[in-house]
Amino acid sequence: MLAKIGVGSVDALFKDVPQAAVVPLSAFDLPDTQGELEVDRKLTRMAARNTAAGAAPFFCGTGAYKHHVPAAVDHLIQRSEFLTSYTPYQPEIPQGTLQYMFEFQTQVALLTGMEVANASLYDGSTATTEAVLMAQRITKRPKAILSGGLHPHYAETVETVAGLHGVIARAPVTPGKAEDIAALIDDKTACIVVQSPDVFGLIRDLKPLAAAAHAKGALLIAVVTEVVSLGLLEAPGFQDADIVACEGQSIGNGLNFGGPYVGLFATKEKYLRQMPGRLCGETADASGKRGYVLTLSTREQHIRREKATSNICTNSGLCCLAFTIHLSLLGEEGLTRLARINHAKASSLADKLAAVKGVRLVTPAFFNEFTVKLSRPAADVVDMLAKRGIIAGVPASRLLPHDPSVKDLLIVAATETTTDEDADALARALAEVL
Amino acid sequence: MTMNNQGRPSQAGHAEILDLPTISGDRGLDHEEPLIFEIGREGHCGVDLPNVQLSESRLGGQRRRGPIGLPGLSEPEVIRHYVRLSRMNYAIDAGLYPLGSCTMKHNPRLNEKMARLPGFGDLHPLAPQSTTQGALELISELMTWLTTLTGMPAVAMSPKAGAHGELCGLLAIRAAIEARGEKRNRILVPESAHGTNPATAAFAGFVIDEVKGTADGRVDMVELEGKLGPDVAAIMLTNPNTCGLFERDIRHMADATHKAGAYFYCDGANFNAIAGRVRPGDLGIDAMHINLHKTFSTPHGGGGPGAGPVVLSAALAPFAPLPLLVHDANGFRLIEDRAQITDGARPFGRMCAFHGQMGMFVRALSYMLSHGRDGVRQASEDAVLSANYILHSLKDVMSAPFGDGPCMHEALFDDSFLAGTGVTTLDFAKAMIDEGYHPMTMYFPLVVHGAMLIEPTESESKESLDRFIHVLRELALEAKAGKKVRFDGAPRLAPRRRLDETAAARKPVLRWKKKELPQAAE
Repeated sequence: MLAKIGVGSVDALFKDVPQAAVVPLSAFDLPDTQGELEVDRKLTRMAARNTAAGAAPFFCGTGAYKHHVPAAVDHLIQRSEFLTSYTPYQPEIPQGTLQYMFEFQTQVALLTGMEVANASLYDGSTATTEAVLMAQRITKRPKAILSGGLHPHYAETVETVAGLHGVIARAPVTPGKAEDIAALIDDKTACIVVQSPDVFGLIRDLKPLAAAAHAKGALLIAVVTEVVSLGLLEAPGFQDADIVACEGQSIGNGLNFGGPYVGLFATKEKYLRQMPGRLCGETADASGKRGYVLTLSTREQHIRREKATSNICTNSGLCCLAFTIHLSLLGEEGLTRLARINHAKASSLADKLAAVKGVRLVTPAFFNEFTVKLSRPAADVVDMLAKRGIIAGVPASRLLPHDPSVKDLLIVAATETTTDEDADALARALAEVL
Repeated sequence: MTMNNQGRPSQAGHAEILDLPTISGDRGLDHEEPLIFEIGREGHCGVDLPNVQLSESRLGGQRRRGPIGLPGLSEPEVIRHYVRLSRMNYAIDAGLYPLGSCTMKHNPRLNEKMARLPGFGDLHPLAPQSTTQGALELISELMTWLTTLTGMPAVAMSPKAGAHGELCGLLAIRAAIEARGEKRNRILVPESAHGTNPATAAFAGFVIDEVKGTADGRVDMVELEGKLGPDVAAIMLTNPNTCGLFERDIRHMADATHKAGAYFYCDGANFNAIAGRVRPGDLGIDAMHINLHKTFSTPHGGGGPGAGPVVLSAALAPFAPLPLLVHDANGFRLIEDRAQITDGARPFGRMCAFHGQMGMFVRALSYMLSHGRDGVRQASEDAVLSANYILHSLKDVMSAPFGDGPCMHEALFDDSFLAGTGVTTLDFAKAMIDEGYHPMTMYFPLVVHGAMLIEPTESESKESLDRFIHVLRELALEAKAGKKVRFDGAPRLAPRRRLDETAAARKPVLRWKKKELPQAAE
């Protein structure tokens, strides 16, 4: 190969690199190559130092949920043709990817009750940020008002990015109660951002909020961090939300310590051209057969460069596929059953915990997650229970460390994976430490 | 006809049958496949869940009133559907995937296995940190690899993709400039840049100023220096650049940028050409994102998920976003809020919920440990060797706009060899599909006419490269000889012929809808 190129060594191919910048291998204080067995052993040991959600009674939620993912999902997403293909820019030879994207967009539109959905964004928090930016573009107004029930990580992500283009105001944090966000809307307001169920588990009534926003020329952005809830709750689209941003991890995707996840993004057809992210559309090929292509890419960075609606260059391909496959397996009947089981498990857990002295249920209406007030700081209780092999939930202080008013609050989730024994173990352990 | 002793024909049949339309519409192993909405029906289900009736609910009156409209399919139906869809895809595992700038290298399967260990895959991001020490240790070890390979002091791990990493880097630059009490709103971007660079700069609230290239495919230093001034926040440079060339003046560029009080952002999309050999920190770079899905082989997955950690210089490190990872006598700990900071760090904010693309971190570290520092260097060298072999094997029949190179990890051609043939870059690329290859990147970078950017990666053997070269040479020779038959309307042998993208954009159909029944007369 070197002879064909006409050089004597590989070093000669790097002649444009300033020689002072070329370093010897010894400059890198890193190990040399290892075999598959050694790497497997090392990483398996590292993994064993963590307590997997399936290895203990487990109650964490707040934007990431432990659900059972059918074995078929992981098998299918590991097929080489899905796993090792690129973004479908040459549509003749990734019709498989394009067709599942089209199915995904349809599923997301149905689930959220909206007219159109894109082919996914990175996760729920970045989808929410993109929704705020989109509302700022549509209304040409600067201000976004974030509900106090919006996941604090989401709120911080919105502030960091959308704050560059406008003003982000945060409504007060009122665990278990709906703040009066409608009263905060003014003529500079582009949107209000309301999560339901909110970070404390509370189900919000979005319809009056949509009406209040629209009356003042603002948009309602609905955020859903637990999409399984849409199997039982009224879709945000039917409550007249303008943009819906969801975390889709719960369907098809594992916890993965926070990522990769999949952001769902849906809106009304009239806002289609302001929507960020990749879109797949139906068309026909030269012989008249139905086929699919990436479309409306004149909104996107690779065509529009600095005039693009967003800098996003990717969707969450394989996570989006996992979502699509799992939801296809569930179907209407399966999703409805799954959602009912989740609510029943959470409802039963709430009763068990509320019966423990020193525990008070804070969230009156919830899906599969609720908040309890403990008689001592929740973070201490979580640490004590972790030592007993129980992952008790997320202390609100983990998300809001600067807010002393939430220090006794524990956010607890139950899903179809929660057994009666798990619930009893948590109630018993709480009774012992409180 | 020859028969065997059971009377069964033992010779191949006649070729003409190939053109006969089939009754089913399928052709052998090539199946047409409807949408799940056209296969499914009411009441069917692919999971076994008990039917729990809710006697009372605590849903605050928000219970769904109507059906969602999702189809019901059995498990075998779902599996067959997605297996059939998968067979309409090209993939690295199935063939050479020469997409320049995308780095379609082999994805070792050990990495997939490691990411699925329950201790990583089934771990909640907000589980008590005493129960996630192994995960934090893994992130810390990956951070050490990234900072060591790049010669940079710090790295922000949370960005979820390359473009997200660009945004993170620019927000750190913005914060550093504000901390100096300055206002700078211009960003210099070379015209050869990836589209994400100007898009990100605009997204981060900056004004973009484009810098022209030279005749040899590099940034014009005279123009760059002329544009540097007190309102310039940063320059965004890709190195090796999108023409597949190393920017020889990079050190000089960094010095000039710093002298003007600006920062040097490097798009690390092409780090795979120099990893293990050149440290970006030695070149004067202040921030660079690393696409773990390119250099460190986490699978592209049909368009994600990726991961884009950003390495930062000492000047930018204090502004890295939350969360931060610290290690002390009690083990590893995440700092997730400004209130928990004790060392004077001034994070500019947060890029996303939780801590980044852990699933990708596991895969990337698995790749790094397997390769080691020596293997990472070898991979870079082999990628560069392969690209130069392609350049020199094709330059006499195709046209290389920047001469003999050497190039780095990708070889750029323009369409001047097709001049007068009536064959375009698009036709040429689509003809490759019929030959069993994915096309190269076309019409990018924008700085040459009808660009064809070929990145073979280190994964291909010499024999594989030779077969590919042979096909491209023959195609080029046929085009030049006026034999257009392979190019007109190609591809012919793919699951679809060329698709009408104009119609798709003019009247967008973005979801399946139930066919409306004719309305009954009132």
